[in-house]
Order: sequence, then structure tokens, then C-alpha cells
Amino acid sequence: MNLDEIGARLSKELGASVTRQEDVGDPSLCVPSTHWKQACLLCRDLEALDFRFLRSLCGVDRPEAGSLELVAHLWSYRLRHALVLRTRAPRDAAELPSLSSVWPAANWHEREAAELLGFRFLDHPDPRHLILPEGWEGHPLRKDYRQGKTALGIPTVRPGYEPEGAAS
Amino acid sequence: MTPIVERGPEGSVAVGPLDQLLNLARKNSLWYLLFGTACCAIELMQTGGPRTDADRFGMVFRSTPRQADVLILAGTITYKMASRIKLLHDQMAEPRYVIAMGSCACTGGLFQDSYAVVKGGDLFLPVDIYIPGCPPRPEALVEGLMLIQQKIEREPVLKNAWSQS
Repeated sequence: MNLDEIGARLSKELGASVTRQEDVGDPSLCVPSTHWKQACLLCRDLEALDFRFLRSLCGVDRPEAGSLELVAHLWSYRLRHALVLRTRAPRDAAELPSLSSVWPAANWHEREAAELLGFRFLDHPDPRHLILPEGWEGHPLRKDYRQGKTALGIPTVRPGYEPEGAAS
Repeated sequence: MTPIVERGPEGSVAVGPLDQLLNLARKNSLWYLLFGTACCAIELMQTGGPRTDADRFGMVFRSTPRQADVLILAGTITYKMASRIKLLHDQMAEPRYVIAMGSCACTGGLFQDSYAVVKGGDLFLPVDIYIPGCPPRPEALVEGLMLIQQKIEREPVLKNAWSQS
């Protein structure tokens, strides 16, 4: 199935608008955040789609649009077709249902997206940090992230040294 | 002070300060912790290998901090690792020494613009010797270890706080 056919099928089953997005990367389908988990379940379970494999789950910060995007790369081994599925959430309240019950592989990917970009996955089974140490402040992959003067009690700048283009 | 050596019929006798004798033993058994955080650890392994052979100076690696005298910060240090390194350092018995090996351990080096990288080991540990280089050659590391030896030679053992209790 090509992207438009998948989009039409998803839109029909979801009862919500599914938009095609081509501004960056592979052409993708964007679903409303309210239908995110349902859309993923349909992608996995519909016989015609059969996306049983989650290749990757990542996030994009879009400060100009005031939103965070969550991007899932799906693959079907049986039908040998791929899909890039996106959803958007507001930057200051990026709350989404967890996909770890849909694809177990999403568990760690969501933990990474949560700490680095500031998503909140509401029913995540293990919402600890994956990469950053506990007690870390801020979300480093946000475009407007600036580190404080200390991190975990250690100075972030060498005394008497001002780095080029200092992130003050 | 050089020890006075007396040659007698039964053998030689050396007379000198006790500190000197103790330091002679200490500096020739500098055991370093088998620990590396990044690519400098490869040069650290090479230094322990047969070509550079730090073993000939009594420097052998120990796999536990409780038996180690020297902590060699070999490689980039992240904030997450820093707390673990602090823990290792705390477990080492005094007297203990710290070598910052390579640009990363000295100043953050190549990766200092990252939010995750500590800008030098001396920001959270007392570093004795800095070895620049990316990575330093094994010869440079051996020189650093010898600078630790020279530092030990100058130390008054019996007056130090760690020898009192």
C-alpha cells in the first residue's frame, strides 16, 4: 500500500483527519494526538497494514509552531512496506498515551523522548530516566535549552574560561 | 638526603630517614585502578602492555579501588559518570593520587560543548597530574606516573594526616 492509501484507510477507521506531511524527511502521516494510540493499534492490527515492527520512535522540537512532534517509524515484514507516523502535542503540555503496550520496543524510546524533549507519557510502565542522570534539570534536545551554571553540583564552565558562542 | 651506605664484611648497611625508605617502597608499587571512560583507556591498556610495560616500575592495575593508589581519569567524563567516579575515588584508601589523562579529562576537550560532558576532572576531584594529548602516547602517561613518583618522594609520610590513625 502506498502512503495515500494507508492514510485513507486509517482516516476511515479512526474517524479523524489524517494529514500527509512532507516538509522534512520521508513523507509521513500526521494524526491528532487524541487518536495517537488508537492509530498505532490500528496500524499494528489491521490485516491490510500489519505494521508489527516499530523501527524507531523519536521526537522533534518545533518551537516556531509551539509544538513537539512524536515520530514513529513502522515496518511490516509480511507486506514489506513502511510508514512514518507523526503526532503533535503542545510544547508546554506534551502529554501522550504510552505505546509500550502496543510495541514493547517503544518503552525505552519513550523514556528517551521524555527526558530529552519533555514529553510525558501518561501510562508508561517505567517512567524513570533512561540516559540522563536522575535530578537533571531541563530537556537538552529542546532548541531553547540552556544549561545552568552547575549540573549535579559540578560547574558547567571552567573558571576563567569563556567558551565561544557561550550558552550562558 | 642521600642515605649513608656502610660497606661491612657481612654486607652493606644503609642509614637514612625512615620517610625515605617508606617512600621508596610506595613509589615503586604504584597500583592504578583498571578504569577508563573513553578512548584514552586504549592507550592506558597499551601502557600496561609489553611494549611500554609500566609493570617494570611496579605499576600494575588493580580491579578494585580498595587496592589502588592511582586513579587515572582516562577519557571523556560525563555528568552521569562523574558521580560514579567520585564513588570510586571515595573507596580508594589514602594516600591516593589522581591523574587527568588526555584533553577531555583535563578540560572537557573535544566534547566540551556538549551538555553532558564535564569540563575537566578537577572540577569534582583533586587532580595531581595533568597529561595533555588526544590521546597522550603511552610514553606521556609513563612520564605522568613518574611525576607522581617524584611527588611521593617529596612527601613526609609520618607527618601526614593519613598515617596518623
